[in-house]
Amino acid sequence: MDRGTRITFLAMVALLVAAPYVLYPVFLMKVLCFALFACAFNLLVGYVGLLSFGHAAFFGSAGYVTAYTVKMWGLPPELGILLGAVTGAALGLVIGWLAIRRQGIYFAMITLALSQIVFFYAVQAPWTGGEDGIQSVPRGHLFGVVDLQRPLGMYYTVLALFLAGFLLVYRIIHSPFGQVLKAIRENEPRTVSLGYETDRYKLLAFVLSAMLAGVAGGTKSLVFQLASLTDVQWQMSGEVVLMTLVGGLGTIFGPVVGAAVIVTMQNYLAEFGSWVTIIQGFIFVVCVLTFRRGIVGEIMGRFGPKGAAPTGGGH
Amino acid sequence: MAGEFILETRDLTKEFKGFVAVRQVNLKVRRHTIHALIGPNGAGKTTVFNLLTRFLTPSAGTILYNGRDITHAKPASVARGGMVRSFQISAVFPHLSVRENVRVALQRPLGTSFHFWRSERSLEGLHERADELIEAVGLSEFRTAIAGELPYGRKRALEIATTLALDPEMMLLDEPMAGMGGEDISRIATLIEKVAKDRTVLMVEHNLSVVAWLCNTITVLQRGEVLAEGPYEQVSKDPAVVEAYIGTGHV
Ligand SMILES: Nc1ncnc2c1ncn2[C@@H]1O[C@H](COP(=O)(O)OP(=O)(O)OP(=O)(O)O)[C@@H](O)[C@H]1O
Ligand SMILES: [Mg+2]
Repeated sequence: MDRGTRITFLAMVALLVAAPYVLYPVFLMKVLCFALFACAFNLLVGYVGLLSFGHAAFFGSAGYVTAYTVKMWGLPPELGILLGAVTGAALGLVIGWLAIRRQGIYFAMITLALSQIVFFYAVQAPWTGGEDGIQSVPRGHLFGVVDLQRPLGMYYTVLALFLAGFLLVYRIIHSPFGQVLKAIRENEPRTVSLGYETDRYKLLAFVLSAMLAGVAGGTKSLVFQLASLTDVQWQMSGEVVLMTLVGGLGTIFGPVVGAAVIVTMQNYLAEFGSWVTIIQGFIFVVCVLTFRRGIVGEIMGRFGPKGAAPTGGGH
Repeated sequence: MAGEFILETRDLTKEFKGFVAVRQVNLKVRRHTIHALIGPNGAGKTTVFNLLTRFLTPSAGTILYNGRDITHAKPASVARGGMVRSFQISAVFPHLSVRENVRVALQRPLGTSFHFWRSERSLEGLHERADELIEAVGLSEFRTAIAGELPYGRKRALEIATTLALDPEMMLLDEPMAGMGGEDISRIATLIEKVAKDRTVLMVEHNLSVVAWLCNTITVLQRGEVLAEGPYEQVSKDPAVVEAYIGTGHV
């Protein structure tokens, strides 16, 4: 990590470690789950230039699998989340494989269509509990030791998972593989002409992103002790797009800031009922019009080192 | 595989919805030569390049590279086989630095390009070679510059460095000197001449003095068909070629 990133990262860790003594842990855990989800999404849109409109499928399905295996099979939480991650990755492999041959808007449309199939499956299948979802999921003990029923035990587990996911995304972006991803985002035909089978790189990125979305979804179902249709429907795919755009596409901290802003907003605006959606839409439009690069993107563009500004990507 | 011709096409044809852009082209590129493909705008030169490198699928005909039929190969595998192309429109990675641009090409042979868990520091060993290539195209002072911010001529030079980084057996250059000033042109022409010593170059170029200087063989394309072929002195006197070019004002 360069100096600026390292300092920002340490500040973020310090803030998050202290936060539950000031703010409600449940609120913070919600932010962290969505932050991880948005980081996973940003890996794809910000660094490969692939706009997926179906990420709720990975997030939501992983939530169901974690909730089901923990509640019905009595699996410990760590295994439940692991199975959630595997579910995300496996679904990512199938949906990614089908979508990656398409370009641009067609890619987005295919991911949306396939995630709708997953949604309808979740509505129909008996084990997902239909409209009720899977309720009263026991949080259990992490590795048989840490009692997740205690708010701080759960909080620091979620924080550890978030940080691990965040660092994994950082590493992926700054790896030999990440270099090829950036090349694909910048100029795919040129990358092909250098001998890279770009579809394979895109597919691996898609699977990694879906897996991390799965970790986020599985964790969320433990935090709220609930897996429901909300997390698997298309609005959730839209929400993660919104978070990433508001925070800053293609910036490492952007999705975290975006998730914090949107979740906070939803909390405080909850009293306005269905107006929340309209207010969100309004904020989205303001964002697109006034700070196109997102919050973090604009800050970096103004104060950061030259060339540090995010590079965007979705074509 | 030391055949006389490194690349051969047989009746290569490409049709776009009824419009024949390339018609029955038989091209033979001799090993270790610089071969020019010239012709007026819209003649089909770029389309031929796209067919040869498999960015487009031929409607008919075959392509042999080193005696091997690559008519149905994948574009990336053609590149890995040693035939690497450049593009007519500038094709750098605009948000990467000059050095990173070249490094993307250099890193492939390491075999770590799927290693998402490995630090990018593992690529630093490539910097020395990258810097040599960057120097060869006269970009040393721009090493850390962002590629997208380079002037047009410099971007083209960077593309050549990136192509050379793969040490290709055969290079296909689509108008490598378009948009360059006089000084840049002679530097790049000298470089092409130098690197062509132990490889084969097929290039599209509108600047005929460069063609006359560099190229051993010239193929003239017009409306998708081969109009003439031979060394510069012969082709430039061909009445059909003179007529085709007078019409477009190139000579
Ligand atoms: N994808 C395509 N679909 C339809 N027509 C095409 C396509 N690509 C090229 N063409 C047509 O084929 C013809 C040959 O185009 P090409 O780009 O190969 O010409 P060129 O010789 O490279 O010209 P220039 O000197 O302008 O670069 C043109 O008439 C062009 O409009
Ligand atoms: Mg052309």
